[in-house]
Amino acid sequence: MTSLATTHPATRPRLRPAVRNATAVAAGTLLLAAAPLYLAPYATTTLTRILVFGLLAASLNLLVGVVGLPSLGHAAFFGVGAYAAAFSALHGTSGVPALLLGMAAAALVALVAGAVAVRAGGVFFLMLTLAVGELTQQAADSWESVTGGSNGLYGVPAPTLSGLVLDQPATTYWYVLAFFLAGLLALRLAATSATGVVLRGIRDSEDRMRALGYRTTLVKLGAFVFAGAVAGLAGGLLAAQQRLVTPADAGFETSALALLAVVIGGTGSWWGPCLGAALVIVVRDSLGATLDGHGPLALGLLFVLVVYLLPTGIARIRLRRTAP
Amino acid sequence: MPTAQIALTAMVNGLAIGLLLFITAAGLSLIFGMMDVLNLAHGALFLTGAYLAWWIGGEQQTWPSLGRAVVAVVVFGAAAGGLLSLLTAPLSRRSHLEQALLTLGIALVAADVLSALFGDDVRATEPPAGLAGTVTVAGWSYPSYRLALVGVAALLAAAVYWTVERTSLGALFRATVGDRDMVAAVGVDPRLVRGGVFVLGSVLATLAGLLGAPIYHARPGLDTTILVLALVVVVVGGLGSIRGPLIAALLFGQVESVGRAVLPGLASFLLFGTLAAVLVVRPRGLFTLAPGGRR
Repeated sequence: MTSLATTHPATRPRLRPAVRNATAVAAGTLLLAAAPLYLAPYATTTLTRILVFGLLAASLNLLVGVVGLPSLGHAAFFGVGAYAAAFSALHGTSGVPALLLGMAAAALVALVAGAVAVRAGGVFFLMLTLAVGELTQQAADSWESVTGGSNGLYGVPAPTLSGLVLDQPATTYWYVLAFFLAGLLALRLAATSATGVVLRGIRDSEDRMRALGYRTTLVKLGAFVFAGAVAGLAGGLLAAQQRLVTPADAGFETSALALLAVVIGGTGSWWGPCLGAALVIVVRDSLGATLDGHGPLALGLLFVLVVYLLPTGIARIRLRRTAP
Repeated sequence: MPTAQIALTAMVNGLAIGLLLFITAAGLSLIFGMMDVLNLAHGALFLTGAYLAWWIGGEQQTWPSLGRAVVAVVVFGAAAGGLLSLLTAPLSRRSHLEQALLTLGIALVAADVLSALFGDDVRATEPPAGLAGTVTVAGWSYPSYRLALVGVAALLAAAVYWTVERTSLGALFRATVGDRDMVAAVGVDPRLVRGGVFVLGSVLATLAGLLGAPIYHARPGLDTTILVLALVVVVVGGLGSIRGPLIAALLFGQVESVGRAVLPGLASFLLFGTLAAVLVVRPRGLFTLAPGGRR
């Protein structure tokens, strides 16, 4: 029901959509890569934030859209990645090694959290992931020697790439864009791989997959850890872009925003959640300022509206309209 | 023996917190068990109760102001429960995720409205005159409000337990958990049950907020803290039952209180560790009702 086009690739004409998709991806990438050349520095910074958040939303989409595991605590791994990368950068190792460290730390935490959460299905999964996210935020708040407590880690040095310090909006943007594209590609490859097919099978009928001999809990845990690692990468990019990591980055509201981005964008495509992320960031940053700090109010209302009005998201609506 | 006294204080604190948690989580468990709605706005209800206590009684409660506050939180809780029931009714055939997202949106709106109304400062409220000091028993002194809280919360918890497990109203609740359609088929208006459950669950949350105000102090962010504790209690205790959350709440009250006293920096890890340990042994929680009947 959720995405016929992706589950039955053999039933549609092969070449033309493939060419069209490749052209669209190339044009989109080019447009994104050239963005600092035609955007003001402030807009470039906003776009960088959108990319960071978009990667978080896309990694969550692997869980929500492909495996059918809606997580309310995905920002925990985002936060762990951000803290690990920032900690590493503050202690002399910035750039790519810091990102890798962030990914590894996030994957480790996701392994521990997932071992508990994935066993419990359905609504228990929602509750447990919510608890994991909140407890991670609390841990970030109280473990002062590593996380800097409620002040967070600030003054994170800019990433360096073979001696080049990336501290301009445009250079930071290109750095983030490169890893955003790599992360998105990794997620896509995972979803279209043989394991990805198993994951969709679990989403549609876990009992049947188990009867077929798949160790579904283990496969789900693998997906959870992978999504956590990509969220950790996004966290590392956050540390590089924002140069500041606070407990709120790991918390409930960030998780909720990521899930909102996925739900608005629709779970049927990979660009949908990124577009949802763009909308969420624009609402939070731009509109939040004009609303005198009432960003959460606007976002809460957005949640309510989305649930009542577009249960399948922007991407799905467009699909339905263009369908004959 | 100061160590023994500290331990005793931490344990009685844990009992008070545990009973408060039970009252909060019982509402969450009832609403989920009976109406299949995961109400993520439950923490906001608790926080509103705590803010109402401060708004009506100020920093120093008196007995008349406490009485007014009780009336106010019951009225507010009932109204909020009715509203939540109406808002979630159109989604009753949709997925848990969508219902959770709706209540999450409501929780975000509520948190923002509360911080606009009451500011971002901690709104502490002190209990009325007779309960403000400490009592000393055999050299061990303890805040009298917390002792009274243990008593009141135990009474309230017992009333909830007795209502659900022993009365015909409770039988209706339990029957709805077991088979909602059959309850409708024997002639009970499901809309009435739905409204009733939401009102009862919400009043329990706002009352817990009022009782907890002198301990937790109303502040932004308290809503999610309480929501997570209540969720953990419900997950461990088993959804839809009342005995499970009671035991789980008392357990997590001790973990919170003793854990914070012994290992202050690691309290959140300890909470998750306990949760993980219970779920490894009992993946479905302690007392989950089997579909079709009680165990």
